[in-house]
Amino acid sequence: MSGVDRRPTMAVWKFASCDGCQLTLLDCEDELLPLADQVRISYFLEATSAAGPGPYDLSLVDGSITTPADAERIRHIRDVSRYLVTIGACATAGGIQALRNFADVAEFRAAVYASPEYVETLADSTAISLNVPVDFELRGCPVDRGQLLEVITAHLAGRRPDISDHSVCFPCKRRGTVCLPVAKGVPCLGPVTHDGCGALCPAYGRGCYGCFGPSGSTNLPAFVPLLRRDGMSGLDVVRVLRTFNTAAPEFAAASSALAEAERPPEAGQRDATGEPGPGQDGAAPRHRWEDE
Amino acid sequence: MTEPTRQAVMGPDGLEALRQALVRRGRTVVGPTVRDDAIVLAELTSASELPFGWGVEVEAGRYRLRRRSDRMAFAHSAGPQSWKKYLHPERVRQWTADRGPDGTLTVREEVDRPPAYAFLGVRPCDLSAIAVQDRVLVGGPHRDEAYRRRRTGAFLVVVECVEPGATCFCVSMGTGPAVHGGHDLALTEVDDERGHRFWVRAGSEAGAEVLAELPVRPADPTTVARAEEAVTRAAGRMGRTMPPVDLRDLMRDTLEAERWNDVAARCLTCGNCTMVCPTCYCTTTEDVTDLTGEHAERWRRWDVCYDLDFTHMHGGTVRRSGLSRYRQWLTHKIGTWHDQFGSSGCVGCGRCIVWCPVAIDITEEAHALHAEASGRDAEGAGAS
Repeated sequence: MSGVDRRPTMAVWKFASCDGCQLTLLDCEDELLPLADQVRISYFLEATSAAGPGPYDLSLVDGSITTPADAERIRHIRDVSRYLVTIGACATAGGIQALRNFADVAEFRAAVYASPEYVETLADSTAISLNVPVDFELRGCPVDRGQLLEVITAHLAGRRPDISDHSVCFPCKRRGTVCLPVAKGVPCLGPVTHDGCGALCPAYGRGCYGCFGPSGSTNLPAFVPLLRRDGMSGLDVVRVLRTFNTAAPEFAAASSALAEAERPPEAGQRDATGEPGPGQDGAAPRHRWEDE
Repeated sequence: MTEPTRQAVMGPDGLEALRQALVRRGRTVVGPTVRDDAIVLAELTSASELPFGWGVEVEAGRYRLRRRSDRMAFAHSAGPQSWKKYLHPERVRQWTADRGPDGTLTVREEVDRPPAYAFLGVRPCDLSAIAVQDRVLVGGPHRDEAYRRRRTGAFLVVVECVEPGATCFCVSMGTGPAVHGGHDLALTEVDDERGHRFWVRAGSEAGAEVLAELPVRPADPTTVARAEEAVTRAAGRMGRTMPPVDLRDLMRDTLEAERWNDVAARCLTCGNCTMVCPTCYCTTTEDVTDLTGEHAERWRRWDVCYDLDFTHMHGGTVRRSGLSRYRQWLTHKIGTWHDQFGSSGCVGCGRCIVWCPVAIDITEEAHALHAEASGRDAEGAGAS
């Protein structure tokens, strides 16, 4: 390749996250060199401090939006990116840090930091798609290595990624795993969870814990009684739905409804009406400035 | 030359002799075995891996392995898998394509060489399911070659059903518990005061050849009578029934029934019922490329009518609601399947009932639709 470098440019961006999804890209050891032949990695601070200029053909975004500065930064990234893909539960659903959406972030801040006045943060942790338009969302905590490569490969070929929206039960049955809830009464989130891992946990006798978030077609009101049948208390169900994808709308709606039902009577008169509390209606979290 | 033996009686040791006779013929012998708290299908390296003394207790949404008080190897109803796992694999590569340095494309059709299977322990309902898939996948003008290569040479040892489960309804579907042809060997298991033994019959020339190599004794009237009684008793012990009406008409006449809303509220659209169904055959194809874009592959995978992508076409998904997807599955299975393939798509094995995590029961839904339609008819008659 002499003269002009015609490779598409790729950037990897970090927001609020543990960086695990970016590490998944670095973990593609065998494919990294062939990948570097196909794309020019222009911006990837996790891998190199040399940041190339935009615009970028493909932007991979890791992490959720939790600060006013990040809310600005993602708009700029959108502006300089042709195709924007979110990678992982933080970027796609707000991550585990979206637990703050169900609580008082000022209280957290005061408890954790010696000088909380120096910490500028938003009341909610939000998915990238609630801030800017997103071209493709890759799920998982962390993302699956094979799926990440498939998204990049498909982008290079100009085709749709071979990534399904269906439940974990599909790959679970395909690989011949015996259904845990049916045969052992083990609670499993598989029927409402997005495929992507290939039904890894059930294959090792462990119920799915939903790290890929809700599938494209869920029925949580019909599903929650199954978790209860298999021994989970109402609080257990709230907790299992409030992990890495706590703010995913389907999980948030179900956990909020249950949390409301489980709330002790002295917590307020709201129980009698069954009305959800503010910010707990399961809808996509509003973008609230913490000090408003 | 004497007429080859067509029926005989053998002891449980005959099962290992049978397995070895099949292995000598170059076959991969697959049968039921206990794994992960269930009776699954797997390659048998010894007949001792069969589930001797194991039974199952099934209900809608529930399956439990149970120790039996006898030594029966085949006294269990349908497990989580069916023979389509082998005949119609979940994933098949159909072709690969490579672009050479000069830009020329080379496309290679994938012609795999599956093992010659022998299935040991096929229930009559599942034998009917294989016949249904035969009609669907190789019975028409467009034959599925991957299926044909697996099916053509498969040797089928059927074991008649003497222990139906609580979710079984083969009698309603006319597929069991007795076998009515289509097998190479048929076995009926008896364990009583005279011992643990099998009444064996050959159903094909290949079956008669194998039978001739087994350690058998002539069929005695007592064993034959006990075996026949056991199968007759099984027919009277079905845990479920279908409504005694033409199910095809019932499906056609209840498309707008209120019951569909009821079942849709309970259905998770998780797809488990279709994947455990021994006749569900739908597949999708996906083309993938490698990073360089110089190598492409087409894969065929099981697909399911509960998947939103199943009806995705220009403009989006056709069957978006859970109601439309459940209704599609049931009305096709027991209704329009007749129009398409000349038989029902349901064989009454009960798998979809057992393996539905939220215990939706195909027979209960059919009865409810029938009741709703009958009520409507009665109301109509009363009003007139």
